[in-house]
Amino acid sequence: MSTHAIAPPARPRAARLRRLEPAALAGVMSRDVVIFKRYWKATTFSSVVQPTIYLLAFGLGFGALLKQIGHVKTIEYIATGTVATAVLFSSAFPGMFNTFVRWQFQRTYDAILAAPVDVEELITAEILWISLRAGVYGVAPLLVGMLFGLDPVPGMLLVPFIGFLTGFGFAAFGVLIAAVAKTIDNFNYVTSAVLTPMFLVAGTFFPISALPDGVRQVAQVNPLYHCVQLVRNASLGELQLADLGHAGVLLAFALLMWRLAIWQLGKRLID
Amino acid sequence: MAQQLDPGTHERAQPPAISLRNVVKRFGSIVAVDGLHLAVPAGVCFGLLGPNGAGKSTTMRMLTAQALADSGEIEVLGYELPRESKRARMEMGVVPQLDNLDVELTCRQILTVFARLYRVASGERADAVARALDLANLTLRADTIVRELSGGMRRRLLVARGLIHRPRLVLLDEPTVGLDPQVRQELWTLIDGLRSEGVTVLMSTHYIEEAERLADVVAVMSQGKIVAEGAPAELVRAYAGEQVLEIYGPPEQLAAASDTAARHGWQSRRSGPALAIMRAETLDGQAPEGVRRPANLEDAFVALTGEEIE
Repeated sequence: MSTHAIAPPARPRAARLRRLEPAALAGVMSRDVVIFKRYWKATTFSSVVQPTIYLLAFGLGFGALLKQIGHVKTIEYIATGTVATAVLFSSAFPGMFNTFVRWQFQRTYDAILAAPVDVEELITAEILWISLRAGVYGVAPLLVGMLFGLDPVPGMLLVPFIGFLTGFGFAAFGVLIAAVAKTIDNFNYVTSAVLTPMFLVAGTFFPISALPDGVRQVAQVNPLYHCVQLVRNASLGELQLADLGHAGVLLAFALLMWRLAIWQLGKRLID
Repeated sequence: MAQQLDPGTHERAQPPAISLRNVVKRFGSIVAVDGLHLAVPAGVCFGLLGPNGAGKSTTMRMLTAQALADSGEIEVLGYELPRESKRARMEMGVVPQLDNLDVELTCRQILTVFARLYRVASGERADAVARALDLANLTLRADTIVRELSGGMRRRLLVARGLIHRPRLVLLDEPTVGLDPQVRQELWTLIDGLRSEGVTVLMSTHYIEEAERLADVVAVMSQGKIVAEGAPAELVRAYAGEQVLEIYGPPEQLAAASDTAARHGWQSRRSGPALAIMRAETLDGQAPEGVRRPANLEDAFVALTGEEIE
C-alpha cells in the first residue's frame, strides 16, 4: 500500500455555497447516469413494451367497437392517454422504490450527504433525473402509435416537456411515499389505492365526462388528467389558452410534491 | 525577553481543526451526547475511544451535519455548523463505519462519482481516481464491481472514496471494525501515512490497540462525555499508574485477593482469568503473589469508564 502527499495548500476561504448548486446536482445525477448505462436495455424494453400492450389491447379492442371517442380517433385517444400512463409509471415507481432502496438498504444517501451535497440537492437531483427519463419514455407510446396510424404533428415536440413536468410531480410523490412508508411492502397500498385509480380516472382510455358527477370532480383534481389533456391537445394540434391552466396545475403539483418530498425525507435523513 | 517560540507553541496557536463546545444530542429520552467538549488540534491523529453506545458515532455524524445538535456549538475547519457545513464537508473526507458503497458500480465508477461530488475539476478527475485507487491498492480491481470485492477491499475502497479530493481533515468511524488482523494492519499503515502527511485525522474506535498504535491524542468517551484526554502514555500514567499486578488462580483465591485489595483500598478489577491490581508500584511489600506487567491503555480505559472492552 502506498501513500502520497495528501495535504493541499491552504485555500482562500470562499463565500458560502449557494443552494441547489448545479455541480452538486450534476454529481448526484452522474451516479444515476452510470447506473442507467448498466440497465438501460431493461428499462427501455419495459418502457416501450408496456405502452405497446396498452395500445394493442385498448386501441385494437376499443378501436374495433368505436371509431372515435368524442371527436378524436380511437387510436389517437388511446396513444395520447398511454403517454400519461407511461409517464406516471416511469416516475412514481422509481420515485418510491429507488429512493427506498438507496436510502434504507444501500445507505447510498448517507454516503452522498457526507460529501458537500445538501438534502435539498440530493432529492432534487434524484427527482430531476427520474423526470428527465420519464419525459423521454413518455414519447414511446406516440412512436408506437404512429405504427398504428397516429399522424405526426409538430405539437408532439412538446410532449417530452409535458412528460417531464408531470414526471417531476409524480417522482416527488414517489419520494414522499418512500419517506413516510414504514416498509417497502406498504407501496402496495399506494399502488392499488392511489396510482391505479389515478391512471384510470384521468381521461386516459375513456373520457371523464362519462363518469358520475362526484367521480368527475375528483378526476379534475387528478394531476394526470391535466397531463392527458395537455398531451392530447398538443398531439392533435389543438392547443388553446385554456391549456395554460392544465400546465399550471401540473406545475403546482410538481412544486408542492417537491417541497413535501424534501421536507419528509430530509427529516428522516438527518437525525 | 523570550522572543524565541518553540515550535510547539506555534502549533498550538493554530485554530483547532474541530471544536465542540457543550454539545448535546438527544434521541427521544436518550441523551446520546451529553455536554461534549472536544478540541481536535490541526495535524494530529486524534482517537475517540469509547465503548459501544458512548456517543462516538453520533458525534461523528454531527461533524458532517448528518445529525444536528440540540444545543452547543460545533466548528469544523473554522466553519460554523450546521450553517456552513457544506463548506466544511468540501474540505474533509469521511469513512463511515457501515459500508455504504454502491454495490452495482465498479471501484472506478464510485470514485469518479465522488470526485464529482467533491467538485474535483473535470480535467483532474481521472488522475484523482487513479491516485485513490493506488492509495487503496485497488488499481488492479479498478473495473471490478463492488459486489465482487472482498470485505477488506471494500473497506479500502471506502477509505479511498473519502480521500479522493485530498481532504485536510479525515473522519474515520471505527475504521477497522470487523476486519481480520491482516487487513487491519494494512489500514493502519494507510492511516499512519495520512497523519505523517499533515492531514488531521479524527478516528473513533473501541479497539484499545488501534488508539494506542495510531493516535497522538486519545479522548476517552463514556456516556456522551469526554472523561479524559491526553497522549496514550500520559493517560496510562495518570489513570493506571506504572505497574499492574495480575493474580491468577482458582476463583476462591481471586475472591480472597479481591477482598484484600478492597481492604487496603487498592484499585482492582477482574481481567479475563486474572485479578488485576492497579498501581502495583505503590503496594510496597504487602502485595500478594502475582505477575507484574506495565500498565497499558486498557487499564486506564477501564479505570475511567468502568467498562471492559474488546
